[in-house]
Amino acid sequence: MTGQKIGREPLIRIVKRDSMVRWQAWLIRIAAVVIALLISAIVSAWLTDGASMGYFFSGLFNGVFGTTRRIINLFQSTAILLCIALAVAPAFKMRFWNIGAEGQVLMGGLGCVICIIYFGGKIPEWLLLIVMLVFSLLFGAVWTVIPAIFKAKWRTNETLFTLMMNYVAMQLVLVAIYSWVPQGTSMVLDVFTIGTLPKVGGSDYTINIIIVAVLSIAVFLYFRFSKQGYELSVVGESENTAKYVGINVKKVIIRTMIISGLLCGVAGYLLVAGTNHTLAANTVGGRGFTAILIAWLGKFSPASMALTAFLYAFIEQGTTQVATNFSIGDSFSDVLTGIFFFLVIGCEFFINYKIKFRPRKKNMAENAAEEVTA
Amino acid sequence: MFLTFLQNAIRFSAVFLYGSTGEIITERSGNLNLGIPGIMCMGGAGSIIGAAAYVAGVGEEGITPFGAVMVPMIMAMLFAGLGGLIYCVLTVSMRCNQNVTGLALTTFGIGFMNFFGGRADKTSFNVISSYFTQSFPIAEQNWFTTLFLSYGALVYIAIILAVIAAVVIKKTRVGLNLRAVGENPATADAAGVSVTKYKYTATLIGSIIAGLGGLFYIMDQSRGNVEYTIDSFGWLAVALVIFTVWRPNWAILGSIVFSMLYLLPAYFGDSSHPEQAAAITMLPYLVTIVVLVITSIVSRRESQPPASLGLSYFREER
Repeated sequence: MTGQKIGREPLIRIVKRDSMVRWQAWLIRIAAVVIALLISAIVSAWLTDGASMGYFFSGLFNGVFGTTRRIINLFQSTAILLCIALAVAPAFKMRFWNIGAEGQVLMGGLGCVICIIYFGGKIPEWLLLIVMLVFSLLFGAVWTVIPAIFKAKWRTNETLFTLMMNYVAMQLVLVAIYSWVPQGTSMVLDVFTIGTLPKVGGSDYTINIIIVAVLSIAVFLYFRFSKQGYELSVVGESENTAKYVGINVKKVIIRTMIISGLLCGVAGYLLVAGTNHTLAANTVGGRGFTAILIAWLGKFSPASMALTAFLYAFIEQGTTQVATNFSIGDSFSDVLTGIFFFLVIGCEFFINYKIKFRPRKKNMAENAAEEVTA
Repeated sequence: MFLTFLQNAIRFSAVFLYGSTGEIITERSGNLNLGIPGIMCMGGAGSIIGAAAYVAGVGEEGITPFGAVMVPMIMAMLFAGLGGLIYCVLTVSMRCNQNVTGLALTTFGIGFMNFFGGRADKTSFNVISSYFTQSFPIAEQNWFTTLFLSYGALVYIAIILAVIAAVVIKKTRVGLNLRAVGENPATADAAGVSVTKYKYTATLIGSIIAGLGGLFYIMDQSRGNVEYTIDSFGWLAVALVIFTVWRPNWAILGSIVFSMLYLLPAYFGDSSHPEQAAAITMLPYLVTIVVLVITSIVSRRESQPPASLGLSYFREER
């Protein structure tokens, strides 16, 4: 290379860490969250012409823990997010970049609504709920298995494929809704009174939380103790290794994606039958994408994902309340959530790598000598 | 009727063309930037902030064509570049996962746009927009001038940028290096090409171009009315990249096809059957999936995604 001095170390260089002690890694993550909160507080104080930062934090906590209803809402949104994150985790662990959870969940919801519209009132409620679940699982699985087959057979880029499937699903839902609702009305589905999950303990969201908690344990056991869970992580680590030890990679890809789709179907079912009792093209509302961030940040371990989902739901609900208090619009919470994500994503760097500075001139000779003797 | 449809489709195609030209340049360096919808939103937000600040600065009487065009444009490029910089720092320097970073950037960008779009004072935006939509004096005299000479400068700039990008990628040494970085960064590195420099430059230039798409949509296409649908065009731009198999020159035609499909229901659709319109809107995505599948089955080397697309490069990793 011209003009470049050879033999001079760069000022800073990056070295991969072998592994970091667990508590240190968590310390870095907590630091990132704290910094994100401080930045958010400063930004909102600045945008509201110097309202105090204490006001930000009181709004944040009040928005989340202020009333019983808010606390239940917090756990309900955590549950839905966690359910979708659990759904994408097996695929991601296999390094199958499924970013189509948004569409897969929506299809699950569509399957649900089809049952309500065509079977509602004709069969008993308990049977309806079961048929709805079957349809949701089926629709979710179909939407993941299509890209999986193409990936397994022809190595079609799954990131782009699943991304496109999201929008096909959204338009499909619109087509369905427009053909169901009568002409000249508000073009939205009415809230269903049939096909709703039963209330447990006085709140209609409790059952969502219970189902997702059971699913998290199931996914944990699947990853940890089942042969299939082991196979998919081998495929994720190295496809060649998997081939050499005799794993049928194509089969693992398709099987894992079916599981992923089934879980997405459950999420759609919970959204329609448990939470919203209706369906629109924006029912999932970006949670399919958020769940990907959560699954990745939680390192695909159900416990960490639950924690991350809780943290996200906390920040989102809290900052929405702050935005309402300051009357600066809901989208402000998206900005703050974005900042939160940047910092939490960025902090992974400090967990995986360490930065080494060029040693001072005086030490340089010593270092060189050391290296020679070593 | 058909002429106005075609004219509007060509004008509207610039949104997709900016987005996809930017994303093609970015993806050629191996960075799968799923933050493009967010970056286009940040470009739109920049143009809103710039226009509002300019009007507030000079007053409504002091608006000059030069300032009214340049200030929003520079601000749009600045903010879009900022989005690209965040992406680069996280994925190139800090080796974070590209998909995750991109999605976070999209969330951020959409929120940013909605937030500033909602707060800004938009009173004189129609005046500022009129300088952007300013076209040739002979526009709309006959079918030829209507189709080819009736647009604001940003439409022509989009096409020129796409042509330049195509030539640079295909014909120059810089383009060769860029493709090498996207295909196999380790080999490029060994050959003395600075992977970091190419990834940064390509992503930043790509983001700035995509940001112009946001500016165009706000100031030209929707004539200064702030609308919050830019992110959906961003995803279509990502689709367009696949549709045109990573070639900016094909994107010129591809973007017109996409915008025709997008506008079709509004012109020829039966308004009593909105489900037809929804079904037609599905077409660009379906067509993209078909193209993606066909290119992977045929597996010609020229029409594959860059081999290292979506992967971070760390020299010490083997």
